Amino acid sequence: MRLRKITEPVFERLIKICGYSSGFIVLLIVIFLFKEGISFFNLSPVDEGSTLWVHNSNPVKELDAAQIKDIFDQKIDNWKAIGGNDQPIELFTLDELGEAFTAEQLGPKFEYLPKCIDSYMDSLPGAIGFFPEKQTVGLLKSAKEVEVDKVSFSTFISDTEWFPTSRPAARMGIMPLLLGTLLVSFFAILFALPLGLAASIYLAEIADDRVRKILKPIIELLAGIPSVVYGFFGLVVIVPFVQNTFNLPVGETALAGSIVLAIMALPTIITVSEDALRTTPRAMKEASLALGASQWQTIRKVIVPYAASGITAAAILGIGRAIGETMAALMVTGNSAIMPHSLLQPVRTIPATIAAELGEAPFGGLHFKALFALGCILFIITLIINLLVERVSAKRR
Amino acid sequence: MTFPESNDRRKKIGQAVMFGVSKGISYGIVALLFLILFFIIKQGIGVISWEFLTAMPTDGMTKGGIYPAIIGTLYLVGGSMLFAFPVGVMAGIYVNEYAVSGPMKRFINMMTNNLAGVPSIIFGLFGMALFVNQMGFGASILAGSLTLGLLALPIVIRTTEESLKSVDDTFRQASYALGGSKLYTIRKVVLPIALPNILTGLILAVGRVSGETAPILFTVAAYFLPRLPNSIMDQCMALPYHLYVISTSGTQIEASRPIAYGTAFVLVAIVLIVNILAALLRNYFGKKVKMN
Amino acid sequence: MSNKIETIDVNLHYGDFHALKDISLGIPENSVTALIGPSGCGKSTYLRLFNRMNDLIPETRITGKVLLDGENIYKIKATKIDALRRNVGMVFQKPNPFPKSIFENVAYGLRVNGITDKSFIEGQVEKTLHQAALWDEVKDKLKKSAFELSGGQQQRLCIARALAIEPSIILMDEPASALDPISTGKIEDLIFELKSEFTIVIVTHNMQQAGRVSDYTGFFYLGSLIEFGKTRKIFTNPSKQETENYISGRFG
Repeated sequence: MRLRKITEPVFERLIKICGYSSGFIVLLIVIFLFKEGISFFNLSPVDEGSTLWVHNSNPVKELDAAQIKDIFDQKIDNWKAIGGNDQPIELFTLDELGEAFTAEQLGPKFEYLPKCIDSYMDSLPGAIGFFPEKQTVGLLKSAKEVEVDKVSFSTFISDTEWFPTSRPAARMGIMPLLLGTLLVSFFAILFALPLGLAASIYLAEIADDRVRKILKPIIELLAGIPSVVYGFFGLVVIVPFVQNTFNLPVGETALAGSIVLAIMALPTIITVSEDALRTTPRAMKEASLALGASQWQTIRKVIVPYAASGITAAAILGIGRAIGETMAALMVTGNSAIMPHSLLQPVRTIPATIAAELGEAPFGGLHFKALFALGCILFIITLIINLLVERVSAKRR
Repeated sequence: MTFPESNDRRKKIGQAVMFGVSKGISYGIVALLFLILFFIIKQGIGVISWEFLTAMPTDGMTKGGIYPAIIGTLYLVGGSMLFAFPVGVMAGIYVNEYAVSGPMKRFINMMTNNLAGVPSIIFGLFGMALFVNQMGFGASILAGSLTLGLLALPIVIRTTEESLKSVDDTFRQASYALGGSKLYTIRKVVLPIALPNILTGLILAVGRVSGETAPILFTVAAYFLPRLPNSIMDQCMALPYHLYVISTSGTQIEASRPIAYGTAFVLVAIVLIVNILAALLRNYFGKKVKMN
Repeated sequence: MSNKIETIDVNLHYGDFHALKDISLGIPENSVTALIGPSGCGKSTYLRLFNRMNDLIPETRITGKVLLDGENIYKIKATKIDALRRNVGMVFQKPNPFPKSIFENVAYGLRVNGITDKSFIEGQVEKTLHQAALWDEVKDKLKKSAFELSGGQQQRLCIARALAIEPSIILMDEPASALDPISTGKIEDLIFELKSEFTIVIVTHNMQQAGRVSDYTGFFYLGSLIEFGKTRKIFTNPSKQETENYISGRFG
C-alpha cells in the first residue's frame, strides 16, 4: 500500500510525459529537418575547396550556378553572353593543364602548378579556370577569382534544373521535382477520386448491408499492402502496360506513377467519403424521395452536396498521401529530374529524389543539405495539407 | 400540375445506369485488389520453399534465400514495437484518461494527427539526422527500430485512445466507488477491458511497420549482408528493402525476378496474416466483452 | 364528404415486428386529420404508408389495401410511384432543407420531375413561398443558403418545398415538435390556411395541437387504431377507455 503511494505518482508522471511525446517528436522533426535544411542556403554551389578564375582583363566578376554550368557544358561560349567582352570562352581545368604542360614543367610534386596555371591564364584572356583553392589563392597574378552567387531560397524554389552533382557548380532547382510531384499526385487523384467516390456512394447508399460488410474490409485491406509491393506490382505490370499501350521507349513514366498512386489512394478516399456520405440525415433523403426524386437524383443533388466537405477532405487527404509516397513513386516514375512536359515522360518526385540520392550524398555536404531542404519543403506541404483537412472537417461539425 | 411522363422514365433509366456504374466500379476495385494479390501469390508461391525462407542469398542475390531479410525485419518490427507500444499506450492513456479537454488536448491530438500524416521518407531523414548522426548510433538496428517506432507511434496512440474511449464510464465509476485510485482503476479495470482492442491496434501497427521501406533506407538497411546481425548496432537486411533493391538496382534484375516475387509474396502474406489475426481478435473478444 | 384516403385491413411488419394491425380508416378530403398516440404506437408508420416511404426500409411487408382516390397505391406499377409521391407532399419532424439556396430548395421538386421552364419555376417558387407565408421574409435572399434561416423559417420553407409541385395531400410528421411556440403558432396558422386546398394528415403527440388544428382525430395504440372520429368528439367524449386515459394524460 505504501509502495503504491510512491510508484503511482512516478507512473502518472511517465504517462504524462508519453502523452506529450507526439508533440515532442513533431518538434524534434522540425528542428532536425530545418537545421540541416536551412544551413543549405548561403552555401556556395561550387565544391568546397575549389575556386573559379578569369583573366584580370575580364570585366566579369560574378557568376551564378546556372551560368557556370552552361559555360562548362559549352552552351555559353562567348563572354559577351554574360556581360563580358566579345571573346570566346576557353575552359581551363586540370585536364587542359595536363595537356599543355609536361610533367617536368609541373614539377615532381606539382610544386610549379600555380606558376603554370598563372602563365596559361595570362596567355588566354578568354579563359575560365577551375582549380583547387590551395593551388591558386594568393598565388595567381594574371587572374582574379570569380565570385559565385550563393545558393538562395529564390533560386532553389524557381530554378528549373536539378543537377546536384554537376561540377564545377551544382544546380539545385526544386522546380522539376516539385512539378513532377504535383503532376503525378494530381493525376493520381484525378483517376482515384471519381472511382473512389463512385465506390463510396455504392457502399454508403446502394449496396445492401450484407454486401457492404464483405466489400469494406477488402477495400481496407488495399491500404495495408506495403508501398514497396505496390511499387513492385507497378514495375512488373503497370509499367510494361503503359509502355506497350502508348508505344513508348520506356514505361516508367508519370502516368505509371499516377496509376499506381491512384490505386494506393483509393482506400483513403473511399473510407473517408463513405463516412461523410453516411452522415446525411435520413429525413433529408426521404424529403427528396417524397418529392418524387429518384434515389440517384437524391444522391446526386442532396447527399453528395451535403457530404461535400467530407469528400473534399478525402480528396485532400488522398493528395497528401500521393505527394508523400516514396517507394512506389521511386520505382515506377522513371526518376528523371527534368521539367515535366507530358504524362508519358519519366519524372521524379520530391520523396523519390530524397530516397534515391541521400545514400550517395556525402554527409554534411551541399547535396546532403539540399536533400534536407527538399525534406523541409515536403514537410511544409504535408503540414499545410493536414491543416487543410482539419479545417475542412472542422467545418462539418 | 402536369409533369412530363418521359422524365419519370428517364429518371429510372438514369438511375439504373448510374447504379450499375457505381456497382461496377466498386466490384472493379475489389477485383483489382484480388488481381494484385492473385498476381503476387501466383508468381511467388512457386518460389517459396523451406530453403528459400531459411537460406542466405547467393550468386549476387539471384539465388538462395531471403533468411537474413526475414530475420532483419523481425528484429526491426520487434525493436520498433518495444519503443512504440509502451510509449504509445501510455500516451493513449494520458489523452483519454488524464488530459482535460481544452486547448492542450486539442494540441496533442493535432500533433498526433500531424505525426500520422508525416510522409515516411521524412521519418527516414529525421532518423538519419537524429539517431544515425547526432546520437551516433550509425546505420544500425537500433537507429532503424527507433525510426520505425516513431512512425508507428501515432497508430498505437490512436488505437489505444479509441479502445479506452469505448470502455463504458460505469466501469470507472464502479472502481472509484470501491475506493480504487485513478491509476489503479486504469490498470485493473479499464486496461483489461480495452486490451483486446489495443492488441488489435498493435497487430495492425506491426503490419504497417514490417512493410515500410523509406524510413529504413538510411538508418539500417543493408543492400547485401549474407549473415545475421551480431548486435543491435549492426546493419541488417529487411524484406521491403530487399524487394526494392532486387527489383530495381543491380545488374541482374531479370535473374533475380523470382526472388523478388518470392519476397513480395512473403510481404503480402504478412499483411494478410496480420489483418486476419486482427479481425479474429476483434471478433473473438468483441463477443466476449460487450462494450458500448 | 368523400374520403380522399382509405385503408382497409392494413397490416405492416418490419421483420418480426408487427407495427400496424388491421387498420381500416377513411380520411376525408380537404380536412385536417390528426393521428395521435404514444411514441411507437404506429402513427408515423401509418402516415408513411400514403407515399410509400416505408418501402425504403428493408424487410417491410404490407398487406391490405391503401386506396388513394379509390386506387390501391400498393398495386400500381413501379413507374407510377414517382407520380404518387408528387401527389403526396411530406413535411418532417425536424426542418430538413437541402444544402442549397432557398430558391433551389423550393424549385427542387419541379426540377427533379423534369420541369425546365425558367419563368414557370420562378413563378411557382414565388407563389408557394407566399402560400407558406415566407415570401416577405426571404424575397431578398433567395440565393442564400437555406441553412441561414431560423428553425421556424426552415420548416415553412420545407412546407413551401412540398407545396411547389402542387400535391393534393400533405403529410406532416410532427412538423412543429422541434420549434419554439411562436414558430409553432405560425405553422398551425398555415395548416389552417392550407386545408381549403389540401387534404392534410398530421402526426403529433401534442394533444393541444391536435385539438387546435384538426377536424378529425385518430388515436393509435400499440399498432392498432383505437378510435377515430371528429376531433371535438374524441377530445370531449371518447368512446374508448384507452383514448380517454391518453387524452387526459394518464399515460404516454
